[in-house]
Amino acid sequence: MTTSDIEKQVIEIVREQLDVKPEDCTLDKIFTDDLGADSLAIVELVLAFEEHFEIKIPDEEVENIKTVGDAVSYIRARRKA
Amino acid sequence: MTGRRVAITGVGLISPLGVGNDENWRSLCAGQSGIGPITRFDASILSTRIAGEVRNFDPTRWIAKKEVRQMDLFIQYAIAAAAMAVEDAQLGAPDDPERFGVYVGAGLGGLPVLEATHDSLREKGPRLGISPYFVPAIIVNLAPGQISIRHNYRGPNMSHVSACSTGAHSIGEAFHLIARGGADVMIAGGTEATVSPLCVGGFASMRALSTRNDEPTKASRPFTVSRDGFVLSEGCGLVILEEWERAKARGARIYAEIVGYAATSDAHHITAPSPDGEGAQRCMRLALRDAGLAPETVGYINAHGTSTSADATETGAIKAVFGEHARKLAVSSTKSMHGHLLGATGGLEAAICALALHHNVLPPTINLDEPDPDCDLDYVPHEARRVAVDVALSNSFGFGGTNACLVFKRAG
Repeated sequence: MTTSDIEKQVIEIVREQLDVKPEDCTLDKIFTDDLGADSLAIVELVLAFEEHFEIKIPDEEVENIKTVGDAVSYIRARRKA
Repeated sequence: MTGRRVAITGVGLISPLGVGNDENWRSLCAGQSGIGPITRFDASILSTRIAGEVRNFDPTRWIAKKEVRQMDLFIQYAIAAAAMAVEDAQLGAPDDPERFGVYVGAGLGGLPVLEATHDSLREKGPRLGISPYFVPAIIVNLAPGQISIRHNYRGPNMSHVSACSTGAHSIGEAFHLIARGGADVMIAGGTEATVSPLCVGGFASMRALSTRNDEPTKASRPFTVSRDGFVLSEGCGLVILEEWERAKARGARIYAEIVGYAATSDAHHITAPSPDGEGAQRCMRLALRDAGLAPETVGYINAHGTSTSADATETGAIKAVFGEHARKLAVSSTKSMHGHLLGATGGLEAAICALALHHNVLPPTINLDEPDPDCDLDYVPHEARRVAVDVALSNSFGFGGTNACLVFKRAG
């Protein structure tokens, strides 16, 4: 899976989960402040990433994933590992 | 109840008869049944394969798409019906939010999401199998909670849970709250959405449901000799209760005044009514006393009338309370049309009483082909009746022997 594949899929999941328009779902967007996610929505989003990419994201690492771009980088690193 | 007077200034109705107030009232006056085959899940393994399902409900008319999956259907119905009721009453945003409250209950709550989540727990394990929204999706008081969030109602907010009396108890308690000064405006009633394998299967296991699977529209047949159980149904019935002078001052249309309420317990059996309907009798008497009205003033009773053996018990209780007058008043069970909405049914039926007083039309009991000899009152058979009555009463009786009775008076 290439970086751009991961990016595309992350954005697709974020759009689906948080119901945001394509033009609003850019890498710099912060899930909470920009995309309206509350704590439960973040949990749900993380679980969707886990299920889709077949990885496990420990709770203590979730707080470092603040933006769409953070999610892409994190998942890319985990997929390589 | 001595205290402030309380007006009903809006209703919000979702049932198998329609999504919206006009659709429901039209079907009720036309004597139409909303019962049909179960489509929500494969019911082929069950002895009962019919129900009253709400059709053509599009939650995204009231709820953002991403939020729809965060709540079970009974909460979606409550949000939609509350929006309809607020609009119907032309309430607008609350001028004093702390004086606005919500009492909306459900008998069972979020069984469908509970069932689906249990399946996914087994399939995927706890981490991926249980949504973080699971708890707020299923707990009963998220129905009034979601309504308060959307309308900024900051007064009392809770759910009364009393099986099939839930909707009526919620309205009665809200009425008394306003009468004694605890709030000025309340959204009150019940909601339910449990056309699911566990719920239909559970009531079927009790032998409580009609098995007239080949004739769904004839299955709910209260007071007939051939009745064979209730028809499980779903939806939401909410009313706007408003302190009388406030309603008058803003020139609100008042459907009816709510003037009496009582709650009693049979203290007898988990499902069967007490002999002679003692708890029901006492409830009707106390509600009339609360209203300060003589039994002879009552022109219409919306019966609990579930199409079970208890119809005869209720009939006997009405005769005991009203004596000679029982022969003169009209009684109907609108469950013959909309089925039994469980926790929502008392809300819907209270709204029907208010609309009956307002429109001078008594909705009928359909399917009343051959009355049980023990059910010998005027049940407004088959067709709606155009007649003006001054006082209407609504009965609700729930498992656990919990009874509610509401009394409504023509506005004026």
